[in-house]
Amino acid sequence: MSEILKSLIDIVGERGVSNAPEELWFYSRDPGVLTPHLPDYVVAPKTTEEVQKIVLLANREKIPIVPMGNGMSLTGLVIPLKGGIVMDMKRMNKILEVNQMARYAVVEGGTSQGVLKAYLQDHYPQLRHSIPDAPPTTTIAANMALHGQGRLTQQYGFNSDMVTGMEIVLPTGDICKIGSPSLGPYWFSKGPTLPDLSGLFLGWLGTTGIITKIGLRLYPNKKIRDVELFVTDRVDLIPDMLYKLTHLEMLEDINVWFQPKPLMFLGNFHITIYFTGDDEEEIAFKRKLIWDALQEYMDSKNGGFMSVQYMKGMLLEMPQRAIADFADVPKGGGFEYSGPITIIEHFPQYAAKVVELAKKYDVLYASSARLISGGHCMMFSISFAFNRNDPAMMTRVKHALDEATAFALEMGGIPWKPNFMEQKMTMKKMEPNALKILQMIKKNLDPQGIMNPGNWEVN
Amino acid sequence: MYALKFKEKVCATCPSADCLLKCQYMSFSGHKEAHGEMMKVVRGKDSRVLNECATCYACEEYCKRGNHPFYLICERREEKGMFTAARPITNQWINMTKMQGKYMVGAVKDKVLSCCYIPDLGVLGSGEIFKDVASAAAFGAEFMCPAVHTHFARMSVVKERLPVVIENFKKLGAKEVICLHDECYGTFTSIASAYGIDVPFKPVYYMDFLLERMKQLKDKIKPLNIKAAYQRPCSNRLIPDKLPMVKKILNLIGVKLPKRIYQDENCLCCGEIIRSVSGYKLADDVQKRNIDDMLESGAEYCVFNCPACQSSLSEKVAKKGLKPIHIIDLCKMAIGEKEREVA
Repeated sequence: MSEILKSLIDIVGERGVSNAPEELWFYSRDPGVLTPHLPDYVVAPKTTEEVQKIVLLANREKIPIVPMGNGMSLTGLVIPLKGGIVMDMKRMNKILEVNQMARYAVVEGGTSQGVLKAYLQDHYPQLRHSIPDAPPTTTIAANMALHGQGRLTQQYGFNSDMVTGMEIVLPTGDICKIGSPSLGPYWFSKGPTLPDLSGLFLGWLGTTGIITKIGLRLYPNKKIRDVELFVTDRVDLIPDMLYKLTHLEMLEDINVWFQPKPLMFLGNFHITIYFTGDDEEEIAFKRKLIWDALQEYMDSKNGGFMSVQYMKGMLLEMPQRAIADFADVPKGGGFEYSGPITIIEHFPQYAAKVVELAKKYDVLYASSARLISGGHCMMFSISFAFNRNDPAMMTRVKHALDEATAFALEMGGIPWKPNFMEQKMTMKKMEPNALKILQMIKKNLDPQGIMNPGNWEVN
Repeated sequence: MYALKFKEKVCATCPSADCLLKCQYMSFSGHKEAHGEMMKVVRGKDSRVLNECATCYACEEYCKRGNHPFYLICERREEKGMFTAARPITNQWINMTKMQGKYMVGAVKDKVLSCCYIPDLGVLGSGEIFKDVASAAAFGAEFMCPAVHTHFARMSVVKERLPVVIENFKKLGAKEVICLHDECYGTFTSIASAYGIDVPFKPVYYMDFLLERMKQLKDKIKPLNIKAAYQRPCSNRLIPDKLPMVKKILNLIGVKLPKRIYQDENCLCCGEIIRSVSGYKLADDVQKRNIDDMLESGAEYCVFNCPACQSSLSEKVAKKGLKPIHIIDLCKMAIGEKEREVA
């Protein structure tokens, strides 16, 4: 048994560590198209102190650490590109606090979206968090660390904007708290009015520290959720339609999507509009405003609302399972997307690019854009499904995604949860002094370069 | 391409102009105006009817002289390149109902149970009542009556697809097609006849089948002793002679239909197509008047014939305290095959 393995067992116990090939195999890959790479060890700590000890060990041995939530980023962010230790955070899954009046929760770094959702439903039915349309096993901290989005992103911004404090184990092994918890017992602010240190960790994809606790905002959980589905075949009108809808300032979520299959969706763009209310009167009032906002497009016959009765259950699911269904259309269950953040007025160009790429690489597309923060920008997902048992198809998808990222950068967009290649493309285009700041931060926080190496390698 | 057999002279000499005067969604000052507008339609001229028709099908019933005012309105709208609903919604319906070879056919002999392209009908067409024909079901776009495209003024789609659907049934070799969807029966009888399309099998209206079966199962029937409001579908306007079937069936199982304002010829549309064609204001108004009327009549249940109406109104009537149920399920309830609570 190696010394490192022995030390890891000393820290977390025998059941919390493995270097068995069959387990390393699972931790070497994610569901996307990137090439797998084996770690040397997998370790699953239960406490912040165990995380700290593992980090100190990694420092001493100069071996990489890759913190991992549920490994569902699809872009290989937890593939251990340079081997080392994958730190599976899922055993740190406790809900530590819910402050009902201040509307925030504090959870451990491996707590899943589903666990928090169920807990709130059972104990605080009047509160909810911004759950993403990812499997419920995905973790809250990872989602926030990569600037994820969720059901409340249209109203309140990126999920990372909803962070209210963090506890971090730094790459040196120091434990620190960020925001209001650094001054007292309350987790209500990640920064303001202090210098906002959360930016040293959010968006860094685990390359500057390990989140062991995170506070997040909770929001009112209205009694009724409802949905309308507007359809148009005029892509050029979509930015205006979205502008009018966001002007209403009362919608829970807005997604725009298009896909060629099944046939009923071919040739049209669909705007799914979610809204909430505490009674039927509020729902009826909001529905009226939504219809009125888009009346001119109905009058011109360029768009109309489709009946959603038979799709309602599926549309109102949180998280939605339809994405998993799409992944299996070509059989083989593969699915990956490039999801640049961009401005809404570029929707038509992005939409054209998706179709162009799908045709060029002979792959099946489905595209969906989620509005962020009242329409200040959107996440435009350029999604392709593939058969995992078809390497040629996977290669074509990979090329299509690379080209999509290049396009997004040309258009002035920002790649979302970029894989290591996309990170390089991004840094290449970045203004040099901005890159210099990134270099300074990375160098100072992770002097030995042990944190998720291969990602954000600015030095 | 098949052409509508419309008798201009019959229309020109019409003493009533009931097709438009009785319309619940357009108002006319009297016979002169209504007749004048209809004649504009007949002659291919612009008429406000072409802009205002909500596609409720009712004029097919109001016309007692055997002409087809609704089909003509649809033809004229399409000739003029008009869209009733939004263009993308119209095309969505065309795409959604396109034949793609994804159909299901059971063990068909003399009879086939047509489930149109509505999955709910497969479930309804089961149990003791359908025990001899359930295994002979046919489902899919290949067996779907294309009448829905009349709502979107795309008679070309109807004329193109209906002969193919008929041919598909013919290939199954069945002598009788039991239509679980009201609109299928209306299509095979009214639309096919209006366009001179031959139907080489006997379309059977499911309520005829249902009535016969319930008579055979009489011993099993325990009268439900309830009051219900019947939601008559638009397609039933194509086959008004079949309207009495509802009362006969409900009478057999102990369901009373209390008197309502909006019933029989004066019934209101479920509102879902109106929402697409005329907007939410009219649709909401129609649905509200309809449901209020059901409640005022003292009904406990809202009985559906068409699954599309059921989908459109179920949630709304349930919120008002009415129990939504399909007439087949009501029959199943009467013979003890379905729990009352389920409704």
